[in-house]
Amino acid sequence: MLGYIVRRVVQSILITIGVTLIVFVLLQLLSASSGSVARAILGPRATAVQIAQFNHDNGLDQPWPLQYWTYLTQLAHFDFGYSYNLNQSVGSLLAQDMPKTLLLLGLAYALAIIVAIPLGIYQAVRRNRIDDYIFTSVAFIFYSMPVFWLGIILIVIFAVTLHWLPALVPQVSSVTDLFPGQLPALILPVLTLALLEIALFSRYMRSSVLENMVQDYVRTARAKGASQSRVLFVHVLRNAMIPILTLVGLSIGYVFAGALVVESLFNYPGMGLLFWHSAQTKDYPVLLGVIVVTGVATVLGNLVADVLYAVADPRVRYAK
Amino acid sequence: MTIGPLPQDSVAALPLERATVIDAPAEVQDTAPAYESRGVWRLGLEVFLENKLAVVGVGIFVFLVLFCFVGPVLYHTDQINSDLANSNLAPTLAHPLGTDTAGYDVLGRLMVGGQTSIEVGIAAAIIATTFGVLYGAVSGYFGGVVDAVMMRAVDALLAIPPLFLLLFIASAFTPTVVILILAVALVSWLVPARLIRAEALSLRSREYVQAVSMMGGRGMRIVGRHIVPNTIGTIMVNATFQVADAILLVAYLSFLGLGIPPPATNWGNILSDGVDYIFAGYWWLIYPAGIAIVLAVVAFNFIGDALRDALEVRLQKR
Repeated sequence: MLGYIVRRVVQSILITIGVTLIVFVLLQLLSASSGSVARAILGPRATAVQIAQFNHDNGLDQPWPLQYWTYLTQLAHFDFGYSYNLNQSVGSLLAQDMPKTLLLLGLAYALAIIVAIPLGIYQAVRRNRIDDYIFTSVAFIFYSMPVFWLGIILIVIFAVTLHWLPALVPQVSSVTDLFPGQLPALILPVLTLALLEIALFSRYMRSSVLENMVQDYVRTARAKGASQSRVLFVHVLRNAMIPILTLVGLSIGYVFAGALVVESLFNYPGMGLLFWHSAQTKDYPVLLGVIVVTGVATVLGNLVADVLYAVADPRVRYAK
Repeated sequence: MTIGPLPQDSVAALPLERATVIDAPAEVQDTAPAYESRGVWRLGLEVFLENKLAVVGVGIFVFLVLFCFVGPVLYHTDQINSDLANSNLAPTLAHPLGTDTAGYDVLGRLMVGGQTSIEVGIAAAIIATTFGVLYGAVSGYFGGVVDAVMMRAVDALLAIPPLFLLLFIASAFTPTVVILILAVALVSWLVPARLIRAEALSLRSREYVQAVSMMGGRGMRIVGRHIVPNTIGTIMVNATFQVADAILLVAYLSFLGLGIPPPATNWGNILSDGVDYIFAGYWWLIYPAGIAIVLAVVAFNFIGDALRDALEVRLQKR
């Protein structure tokens, strides 16, 4: 068990270093293409001398390995760079916007899990009947739908036609400002993201339950006289949940991307909106900072999922 | 499609039925006993065609290709010069799906935009699959340190959500169709690389690969001639899903305003314009483009699912 965790942690550290290396290469590519980092910051009319001075001041004229080392030490001190457009450090921008994104993701995950797990069990029990087919096709359509289009349709229905919910989220600076008055504004973004996740999770839950229902331990439980609901909720559910655990960890990157789109659609002031605005204004320090943070979050999510998997399923620990 | 049971209750179909009945017995007796002798590919094709969703998927795809590439020949619209006097018109006979913000006819715009979406989707999927397959096969076949280094690189790239990387690229370089294809391919080759690497790991211990290696076949020859061709099933299934994903990614990018600049367009662009008028009730800017994206993605997902079933059945019945 300990060996497995140590191996996974070492692997994750290597991957994290890989992520920083990729971001560093992206940064170098930007500088290489006619000093565009300097140009993006100093403006199109900067002279060659000014660009050279900027590169010298910021250490961009030093050899690559040295620059990479400097970059790593900065990251280790949670220094993600400085946004010249917003005149603020990327770290403080992230500290401001990250909690709002985490709130959005957390609520969406919670809603998705609460709905998707019973739905998956229900579909597995009613497999190949008409209601199973209906839920499967609806999930398939949601899964094939661009998340922004799903959001647009929800806005048209609930904000434009019915006037039940606000379509835009107010621009609050801190996550606590959302409570309690602005919570209705969160409903549509959370719902959009959650529907996408429900479509994904319920498909896996259904097949996971189906896979477990033909296992020997289910037959044994039935032979011992366990009722259908006991077999389902005591025996099958606990085993069928294990793949979902991994899926939640693995889907973090996918959900971050969903959050980016949802935040830009609903104008939700989180990390995704920050990234989107920065992409439009070519604010590279912010872009690279957010990429590093999401990359590390994804690696951590995968690591936690794998470790929890090993805790929940002894077969994984003893396999190697 | 195979000949199903004849409809008993359909009177109108009787004359046709008789015609088929006369031909049918000879054919049925001819094919039924020879079941095992049929080629595996043909068996796979039959399973594929029996899958109704697959036929629907192919049908939607053919329809979309005709709509986007033949449509503009039959339905002439000006998609280059804007016409601001006629912007945001509701659907009429002259403009069956209305006009957009710049006065372009939306039906014609859907056709032109679809060309970009389909071209970029398919081209990116082909490039991503080709590169990913070679990368994965080399990594899996050579194993050891090579494999460890190559796969950690894949893991690191996979850790960055594709959309973030894509937005960064689109922000740094103004996208053209070619840049868009390369950028989407750049974030899409990782999954096929992983899948093929796993297959190559198991294939390299097979007898026929060992035999070639003992006869002096060099590494790249084994990868190219023996490993890759044996993973063709996985490659085809994954390539199909790649097209669906690429169409979605391009739509996301364009929706976020970082796709190809106007007057070029794609389905995501149209929706991006539509969002600005969401409260004005301009539904023709929202529904047609969204439905087109969903249709394209559903079509490729159906085809991919059916291909997987067909190839699995092919392996089982062999």
